[in-house]
Amino acid sequence: MAELLAVRHLVKHFPLRQGFWGRQGAAVRAVDDISFNIAENETLGLVGESGCGKSTAGFSILRLIEPTSGEVWFEGENLPALSPERLRTHRRKMQIVFQDPFGSLNPRMTVERIVEEPLLNYEDLASGQRKQRVAEALETVGLLPEYMTRFPHEFSGGQRQRICVARALVLQPRLVIGDEPVSALDVSVRAQVLNLMVRLQRQLKLSYLFISHDLSVIRYVSHRVGVMYLGRLVEMADVKTIYDQPAHPYTRALLSAVPLPDPRRRRRRIVLQGDVPSPIHPPPGCHFHPRCPEAMAICREEPPRMRRLAAGHRVCCHLYNDHEEWIVQPPASRTEIRLQPQDKGESV
Amino acid sequence: MLSITDLVIGFHTPRGTIHAVDGVSLSLDEGEVLGVVGESGCGKSVLALSVLGLLPQPPAFVAGGKILFRDQDLLKLPGDAWRRLRGNAIGMIFQEPMTALNPVFTVGNQLMEVFRVHRNLGRAEALRESVEMLAKVGVPAPERRVKEYPYQLSGGMRQRVMIAMALACNPDLLLADEPTTALDVSIQAQILELMIALKEDMGTAIMLITHDLGVVAEMTQRVAVMYTGRIMEEASTVTLFDNPLHPYTLGLMGAIPRADATFETEALTEIQGVVPGLGNLPPGCHFAPRCPRVMDVCRTEVPPLVAVAPDHRVACWAVTHG
Ligand SMILES: Nc1ncnc2c1ncn2[C@@H]1O[C@H](COP(=O)(O)OP(=O)(O)OP(=O)(O)O)[C@@H](O)[C@H]1O
Ligand SMILES: Nc1ncnc2c1ncn2[C@@H]1O[C@H](COP(=O)(O)OP(=O)(O)OP(=O)(O)O)[C@@H](O)[C@H]1O
Ligand code: SF4
Ligand SMILES: [Mg+2]
Ligand SMILES: [Mg+2]
Repeated sequence: MAELLAVRHLVKHFPLRQGFWGRQGAAVRAVDDISFNIAENETLGLVGESGCGKSTAGFSILRLIEPTSGEVWFEGENLPALSPERLRTHRRKMQIVFQDPFGSLNPRMTVERIVEEPLLNYEDLASGQRKQRVAEALETVGLLPEYMTRFPHEFSGGQRQRICVARALVLQPRLVIGDEPVSALDVSVRAQVLNLMVRLQRQLKLSYLFISHDLSVIRYVSHRVGVMYLGRLVEMADVKTIYDQPAHPYTRALLSAVPLPDPRRRRRRIVLQGDVPSPIHPPPGCHFHPRCPEAMAICREEPPRMRRLAAGHRVCCHLYNDHEEWIVQPPASRTEIRLQPQDKGESV
Repeated sequence: MLSITDLVIGFHTPRGTIHAVDGVSLSLDEGEVLGVVGESGCGKSVLALSVLGLLPQPPAFVAGGKILFRDQDLLKLPGDAWRRLRGNAIGMIFQEPMTALNPVFTVGNQLMEVFRVHRNLGRAEALRESVEMLAKVGVPAPERRVKEYPYQLSGGMRQRVMIAMALACNPDLLLADEPTTALDVSIQAQILELMIALKEDMGTAIMLITHDLGVVAEMTQRVAVMYTGRIMEEASTVTLFDNPLHPYTLGLMGAIPRADATFETEALTEIQGVVPGLGNLPPGCHFAPRCPRVMDVCRTEVPPLVAVAPDHRVACWAVTHG
């Protein structure tokens, strides 16, 4: 599969107000050096607990917030280095759907205005053509064209989320970032929106970065999954490997903690002690060591390096120090090199 | 131990009267864990608040039914007797601990208050018990935490403090309304373990309200499925998951991804349409407009909750007469 997006060493630190903690240079290390690819027509799931930096990663990729450092290659260009004008031409191909279908729609705009707004910003169309495109987008997400004149409050949560998806699709993007797109929805409605996203991916050959804290949703929608903890990627692999052979102690604990809808299955839960530490002063060494059931002496001192367990499976944990290091390859879209599957850095 | 019969709770709203709980009958044995599941707005919290005597009256009012707790009719209880019961025999945990904790008092003050009022302990003793209780629910550095205010704690920590307060009075019945919904999975696991320990060590009966079928499967012995104020199906947990009968229950189960399913292997089942507002419910079965098995009778007659097996009750015309 051809690479669509390549994120390299992405970092986002939010500086704290100076003197706030009585020290200079302190920052929330929301995203701390993450690298990955998303291929065409692929869904990458990004999972982790509250505050681990999932949304910040998504926003930095779109440059909705300015990353502190790092590269985001999309269609052969490095977005953080682009001028605002160049950025515009790429950004229309990357859209985002937010968690809150209630807060993210302007209550005073009709559905038509909401969905046509990106067209007004990016395309120079006659009003008839615009209306046509809006109607198409609504139809794609299963909403009737006659809804165009209605206002958001007249719709249910699931319908509002469809409106958000229509707004994201009207510019015919290649990548859609879903930041907890179904987390605020009731179970019965969640299924409608998930099925819709799957159908659209098939129809429109979309790629998704699907952000969620819900491990069962991530499992259902993703081809590959990255697990984040305190701003870092701790493990990444294809979905089957992550769920069937999780390697990182954090991934294992998370998976064992999810209650399964099967009363006959009694698993041993790995209960992590304590809370996620503050990203302002993350623990030294491995960020996870204070809660890790497997922590060793070295974990308290040295940050683990990313190791390669198998093709496409990498993990950042001292338990795997006998494995070779994972080498972050330059993005294929820049070098025009298509890496072979047996290469070390086949898919990041 | 707890027996709710034909409970109807109404609300006076500007648009008229609605019934948030509409003829609910449920019972809970000593030491049992009963799950109540349903989507947002189906009346789970109103049900719990009515057992606790915490409904805001008005706008809420009891339009009918009985709540017996060990043969006392709770709905006839005077206010202060109810308060005493709440502190002693019945404990509670809510989804948002901030609403239950008083922001202007330290954690220690609030916990000590429970010990002093309900167990008649002196100051020093109450403090010692408080620290011990915090340690028991897994709050690290409890000696320091007792001096802190609720806002200084993380969500999981606050939830543990609330559990500590519920435990402090050693209740026979615990009402837990979405106790882990706002928490991360790893913190949820801690809280669930705590509740299991509570049940096993002290024999506390628990009514666990949640919309998470996974939590239900792991925690409960019996489940009631609610929809727009009514119970649609009730069964032992194993039976409900093995043999769900009500079309709404089936819809809910199909809507969550099964453990080994991916979008490539199967689509999720959708329940058509949306949950109707309580102001314009259909006559007959509330689920009729969304139901794949709807029959004529469903649109006009309310289906009664009928026992189809000793541990299994269903309110559906298609199941009982289809
Ligand atoms: N604008 C900001 N200023 C300062 N800190 C921020 C800002 N935005 C996010 N953070 C912090 O960065 C960290 C990562 O936040 P982020 O919202 O990316 O996490 P998340 O994984 O999306 O969490 P959630 O699951 O709760 O949405 C958190 O500690 C958060 O408090
Ligand atoms: N104070 C109130 N005034 C009017 N209506 C109310 C009031 N409190 C609750 N209701 C209504 O009663 C119904 C049931 O509410 P309840 O809070 O019990 O739902 P729930 O099942 O707990 O939902 P959730 O899963 O969102 O917590 C809702 O439709 C709500 O609008
Ligand atoms: S590096 Fe050490 S502390 Fe970190 S996850 Fe691995 S074993 Fe645990
Ligand atoms: Mg987020
Ligand atoms: Mg509720």
